[in-house]
Amino acid sequence: MKKIINKPEDVVKESVEGLGLAWSEIVKVNYEPMFVYRADAPVNNKVAIISGGGSGHEPMHAGFVGYGMLDAACPGEVFTSPTPDQMYEAAKKVHGGAGILFIVKNYSGDVMNFEMAADMLKAEGIDVENVIIDDDVAVKDSLYTQGRRGVGTTVLAEKICGAAAEKGYDLKKLAELCKKVNGWGRSMGMALTPCTVPAAGKPTFELAEDEMEIGIGIHGEPGRERMKIKSADEITEMLAEAIIEDLPFKEGDEVLAFVNSMGGTPEIELYIVYRKLYKILESKGIKIARKLVGRYITSLEMQGVSITLLKLDDELKELWDAPVKTPALRWGI
Amino acid sequence: MMINNQDVIKFLEKAAGKIKENKEFLTQLDSAIGDGDHGINMDRGFSKIMSSIDTLRDKDIGTILRTCSMALISTVGGASGPLYGTAFLYASKSLNGKFEIDMNELLEALKAALEGIQMRGKATEGEKTMIDAIAPALRAFEEKLKSGGTPVEILEATVAAAKKGVENTVPMKATKGRASYLGDRSIGHQDPGATSSYLIFEAMLETLKEKV
Repeated sequence: MKKIINKPEDVVKESVEGLGLAWSEIVKVNYEPMFVYRADAPVNNKVAIISGGGSGHEPMHAGFVGYGMLDAACPGEVFTSPTPDQMYEAAKKVHGGAGILFIVKNYSGDVMNFEMAADMLKAEGIDVENVIIDDDVAVKDSLYTQGRRGVGTTVLAEKICGAAAEKGYDLKKLAELCKKVNGWGRSMGMALTPCTVPAAGKPTFELAEDEMEIGIGIHGEPGRERMKIKSADEITEMLAEAIIEDLPFKEGDEVLAFVNSMGGTPEIELYIVYRKLYKILESKGIKIARKLVGRYITSLEMQGVSITLLKLDDELKELWDAPVKTPALRWGI
Repeated sequence: MMINNQDVIKFLEKAAGKIKENKEFLTQLDSAIGDGDHGINMDRGFSKIMSSIDTLRDKDIGTILRTCSMALISTVGGASGPLYGTAFLYASKSLNGKFEIDMNELLEALKAALEGIQMRGKATEGEKTMIDAIAPALRAFEEKLKSGGTPVEILEATVAAAKKGVENTVPMKATKGRASYLGDRSIGHQDPGATSSYLIFEAMLETLKEKV
């Protein structure tokens, strides 16, 4: 294992500490228990949005704390969900009197830990809504498993709901909006290489030099199929087709197209994927009305890409365009 | 034979030791069908319990188990944290204020623990989870208790059933938790959660054996 770290057990703490130092005008860090929160929290009478999950997916989630997005993020150990005391204390810190929205990716650990935190908060009379994101079309037979995993749409839901909370949506309306975004978002990813969890020291799975895994999860969970590596255009086609036919996205739809690096894939390759995605959508009469290209939800140093398509209406477009100021997403402000 | 609070402390020390010894093994099992952190996470949780064990030595059994629950919930993370944390919490409920319990009370506490795990994880037997070790183990416990076995015999039967339960997870297809994403590819691998549960039963047995 070659990594720029000090000690494996200090990776999460030291990284979060660095984020806090780099963006002190936007976020603050609480260490016991660990969470990152808006420097101006609590924002009175605004629903507070909290997300979290295992670390190793940076910038998600701590990089999305700030005006117009999250009020707090709770980082767990690498690829391990955070614990209920983190969400509980974060909620107490950022609650502005209008309730708490938890945005939770559909992994059994995350779901259980957030549920426990919600139980603790509700027992104290704080309103909490738990919305689960499960947009990964790679998971088949989702009725017979934990269900689809939460991936790229999480980033979009956090941005859109964050803007809506700033506009004054109440908790119930905000939870409905979050469910709508989840319902309209679909993703799929692929990997060329595995990644190594610092505390484990070994790659999470093995992939031969000439192989790729289509439908990979963000913790290296296997996807639909392992196959010989193909060209960027063929890879993009496989991912895009699976996503388009799933919702399905139809002629005349407007979408947000999100091309994301799994961590190790450089921007030069992401734009080759975006180029092909644009052509595929154009040929089907689907219009890219908004886009996001870059490294936003990652699996450590894994090489690979994921595509997310989100169907848009006027409400979602307006909320997407609204100002945001976080370490990883900033515009209009 | 009664089980007192000192025995519970000894059990926790043994359990922590076993988890530490098997840290690599559990992590290896989890790498095959999960996200490769079960041993690391469990060891972090039990090490946390051990760091404050001296403050628990004079406490009642309910308080000891409840404190363990909080330590596991706040340090383990993943799915194991809430599941084991809830198990210890539910087990503690009927033991509050008690410094000594008999095998009937132990069974009731273990049944409550299983109920907690099922409530939190929404899984049943046959889904390739820790329940596949715990549920048959408790049936064996109850059977041996009813037929008049000694405490050591009861726990020997419990551990044997848990071991069989772990082995039975190998051909199962996972339908809960992260291993469920593998579908058929989860078949042929031993479940890490069932394995750590087995280790914990083993720690109980060894504690009682030393007491006799």
